[in-house]
Amino acid sequence: MRYSGFQVIKQALTGHKGWTPAWRDPEPQSHYDIIIIGGGGHGLATAYYLAKEYGQKRIAVLEKGWIGGGNVGRNTTIIRSNYLLDGNEPFYEFSLKLWEGLEQDFNYNAMISQRGILNLIHSDAQRDAFIRRGNAMLLGGADAEMLTTAQIKARYPYLNTKDARFPIKGGLAQHRGGTVRHDAVVWGYARGADSRGVDIIQNCEVTGFRQESGRVVGVETSRGYIGAGKIGCAVAGSSSRLMSKVDMRLPMESHVLQAFVSEGLKPVMPGVVTFGAGHFYCSQSDKGGLVFGGDLDGYNSYAQRGNLPVVEDVCEGGMAIFPAFARARLLRMWGGVMDMSMDGSPIIDRTPIGGLYFNGGWCYGGFKATPASGFCFAHLLARDEPHPTATAYRFDRFETGHMIDEKGMGNQPNLH
Amino acid sequence: MIIDHPLLGPRDSAEFTYMGDAKLIDRPDPDAATAARDFYDYAYLRDNPAGWHDELWFHEQGDRSWLVVTRNTITHEIRQVRLARDVARARGRST
Repeated sequence: MRYSGFQVIKQALTGHKGWTPAWRDPEPQSHYDIIIIGGGGHGLATAYYLAKEYGQKRIAVLEKGWIGGGNVGRNTTIIRSNYLLDGNEPFYEFSLKLWEGLEQDFNYNAMISQRGILNLIHSDAQRDAFIRRGNAMLLGGADAEMLTTAQIKARYPYLNTKDARFPIKGGLAQHRGGTVRHDAVVWGYARGADSRGVDIIQNCEVTGFRQESGRVVGVETSRGYIGAGKIGCAVAGSSSRLMSKVDMRLPMESHVLQAFVSEGLKPVMPGVVTFGAGHFYCSQSDKGGLVFGGDLDGYNSYAQRGNLPVVEDVCEGGMAIFPAFARARLLRMWGGVMDMSMDGSPIIDRTPIGGLYFNGGWCYGGFKATPASGFCFAHLLARDEPHPTATAYRFDRFETGHMIDEKGMGNQPNLH
Repeated sequence: MIIDHPLLGPRDSAEFTYMGDAKLIDRPDPDAATAARDFYDYAYLRDNPAGWHDELWFHEQGDRSWLVVTRNTITHEIRQVRLARDVARARGRST
């Protein structure tokens, strides 16, 4: 069923009895041309673009739990393309352009709101760095604007610009950045993929791979063996666990990242703001809660919950720039497990095993990448060559010295 | 998390800096024929297990000792804490 204003009125007049489930709940078939492991945003987007843009048939998405139950439901919903390096900026700008047309493309309201993102500047050196980054963004086809403190103050009058330790000296704005209703992204991609014949199989955990002469031929799952021509893994957070089943060690550690939401407030935050001296970023949801986050807990973790020292650290960062929020109470906090790669950038590549492809290492930047990640992974799976915007996301870049290290932190995954 | 330091007793983990998988103690031989590949493996690839994990913690806000902490990455339970020095010596890393 195509969603439209006409449908809403028609269903309203007929007692809302005509709505149908947004996707089927099929039994797994014995063989598929392409299996995607992981029914998160990236996996479902991959299946959607495989069917829609690359004309592939007989596709299945296997999900261990339920779709949207992993990191795509645990992020802080921000989209942006404010990257510096050549390997990254064209990819993230491609993603932002896909976001801009996404709701019409998959006929689903994802509440995409280009309310803008603002990175605050606190020192002269940081201003130089952000001017450079803004120029890199412009060269990559994105938008960027340097704002003065007065311009920022007009939009965020309660920002603490005169803090003695970290005064706000200006900011780098990307007006096309913003937020998206993250659950709707999953539902939209799932519905779009399903309507094009993709089988979305939930509660189906992959327990092993079956190989014949150096090539994968199928997966063992909690719902039996399923054969496949090609297999794509998109299970960021659990990539090392999954790939250990084919004895691959990955250039990454799994870390927990926490996110927080305050009680509902009246509209105070028109856009997304990031603190440039500590690690804190914040936006306001349509329900009114302040949605914010900060650093990783910092040690390997597969627990989808964090510990208290980071809660304190994140809230301190918030207080430094938004003292007015001191009385807002924390409503909820949660954690998601990240693939933290050795250079802070993702991997979309073939593996040494025939027919097995990998998408992961998204660190904590995976949500904004969802459309382009799906598009580029679909391109790789369908054509066996990387998409032009994702040629740098290779496994071998660590061995050949072609790291994409935005923050220049080296091989310390917890610092990216 | 509380880390039971072998010399100082129970300390808040916030005093420590996490330095990664304790396999980093086993630095490869730079003169080996396979050194380039060995160092790539050493510097970049990780087992990253879900479960028990030997890892390095540096007591940066304390006595600046390095510890090997055996911790469960799912539950954060800590089973064993040793001085990294002792672990390295036991593995023949130095005398």
